[in-house]
Amino acid sequence: MDLVFVTAFGIVYAIATLVLLALGLAVIFGMMGVINLAQGEFLMLGAYTVLLATAHGLGVWAGIALAPLAVGLVGVLVERAIVRFLYGRMLDTMLATWGLSLALVGLVTLIFGPTTEGVATPLGFFTVGRYSLPYYDVLVVGVALAALAGTYGLFNFTRAGVVARATMQNAGMVAGLGVNPAWVYMGTFAYGSALAGLGGAVMAPLTGVVPTLGLAFIAKIFITVIVGGPVILLGTTTAGSVLGLVESLVSSASTPIYGQVAMLAFAIVLLRLLPQGISGFWRRGV
Amino acid sequence: MKAEPAVWAAGAVALGGLPLLLSAFQVVQLTVFMAFCLLALSLDLIWGVAGILSFGQAAFFGVGGYAYGVVGINSGSTALALAGAVLGAAALAALLAYFTFYGRVGAMYFAVITLTVTLILHQVMGSTADPRYAIGAARLGGYNGMTNIPSLALELPGRAPIVLEPVPLFYAVGGLLLLVLVLGRALVRSPFGRVLLAIREDEGRTELLGYDVRWRKLLTFAISGGIAGLAGGLFAGWGNFINPQVFSLSQSALVVIWVMVGGRGTLYGAVAGALVVQSLTNYLGAASVTYTTVLLGLALVVIVLILPGGLVPALGRLLSRLAPRPGRALEVPP
Repeated sequence: MDLVFVTAFGIVYAIATLVLLALGLAVIFGMMGVINLAQGEFLMLGAYTVLLATAHGLGVWAGIALAPLAVGLVGVLVERAIVRFLYGRMLDTMLATWGLSLALVGLVTLIFGPTTEGVATPLGFFTVGRYSLPYYDVLVVGVALAALAGTYGLFNFTRAGVVARATMQNAGMVAGLGVNPAWVYMGTFAYGSALAGLGGAVMAPLTGVVPTLGLAFIAKIFITVIVGGPVILLGTTTAGSVLGLVESLVSSASTPIYGQVAMLAFAIVLLRLLPQGISGFWRRGV
Repeated sequence: MKAEPAVWAAGAVALGGLPLLLSAFQVVQLTVFMAFCLLALSLDLIWGVAGILSFGQAAFFGVGGYAYGVVGINSGSTALALAGAVLGAAALAALLAYFTFYGRVGAMYFAVITLTVTLILHQVMGSTADPRYAIGAARLGGYNGMTNIPSLALELPGRAPIVLEPVPLFYAVGGLLLLVLVLGRALVRSPFGRVLLAIREDEGRTELLGYDVRWRKLLTFAISGGIAGLAGGLFAGWGNFINPQVFSLSQSALVVIWVMVGGRGTLYGAVAGALVVQSLTNYLGAASVTYTTVLLGLALVVIVLILPGGLVPALGRLLSRLAPRPGRALEVPP
């Protein structure tokens, strides 16, 4: 019974991390159609925010709270300096953000060095029968749920969110109604960046902080969002669940590396069967 | 394009003469640059000609290198090893192409999937440090890489294989590059190549004209993967070594940068781009890999923002604008 609970929690946790890490990309790619290959580096910057905050005596929680703001700001800069010139040229956006990704990894390595820095995991452990689990893992699941619910609420029940969705559907009409689409694009990109910052910050105590942190996740999160398909939030969650399940099952049976390989192979076969992604046949929505 | 055979002849003459003019070190350097030219060419074939952006050329390059190592170490024959490099990479490309092109996955998704395959290969190959990860006598070696890969050798029936010295190796790689370039140009100008150009311009319309684009894309991608595999095999044979670094993001980005610098769609541009960028990075010095990564990344951003057509074509336009125009010179004052 305890083992069942621990295994089930492990699967829920794998799904939650996948969803949390992929959520920012789901907004930027799913809504705006911008493939941001620097998304992994946004995660990395979020993690470094936590590292800096703890180094300056602010504590992990302050770092996690600051990370979305800091990375959101980076998102604004990137959107203004690079991405806004490339809307509608998807492949060029991809190449430019890829260059940005390399440059960011290089710059952070120059500043902080290539070593992995640890951030102490806050909170303690609780026991289930003979097993003990960290409270922090429960917190990760909670943050993932909150971020998901917050994003769903934002795009469905607030004026800003509805305006953003309207802009993605018909920017000309929105402009005719007196909203400047450029601001909406900037805001949406910044929101997606901030989500990435949050994800990276929450993961920082678990993975350690290293300039190449983004590389470890970028493949996973892109696959999750692509398999998710056009209904971004529900699609990403469903894809995250299916792929997280495959990954954690194979990982626990062999090694995490094979877990990733199985996940990728599964995703490619899935895309052969459902080219539009899992949510390709659903009613469109957020 | 009547002048093209003349260009090839000039290339052959230049190849033949270069080892006489260069130092031994430069010959060795240029040999590996020409292997990179093949890699750039493979991307230009699928991206510049057929319009399908692949971030996975580095993966096929790496698979080719590893295949060369495994077959070479186990069989002792480098000709077999090179064939293994080409076929292994082409088979992986064809498999990937089957799932994506026949699944009608979009162009963006295709690019991302090729990138993820590269990243996963990087991690998988990195996790093979344990001695039990070996294929026959060839140990994969994790992040330390595979060592003792045999050098390219000339194998004639009934004689002991002759390991190629730097200059003969230069001729061998250069000759292969020229051969692939000529065949590639012939492919582009064949009826098959015309359909590829049509796919690049408008895939939907090409299909409506009755062409099955799926197997054409698959075949082109397999050829492109095979060329990248050949480049990887030559690279492994050149350095007697290969490690998972060939699957890294910066390596994949480098291939794209070569083609972007040289301009897409001509095959010549890709070769020129690889030579220019590699010579420049060499000249700037391997002061620090980190600085190079930063510069490469910024270069990619700047090229996309300012010169999306490529650096070499832009320079060409600039030069032709500076050159005197024939009509103007005849203006005679009254």
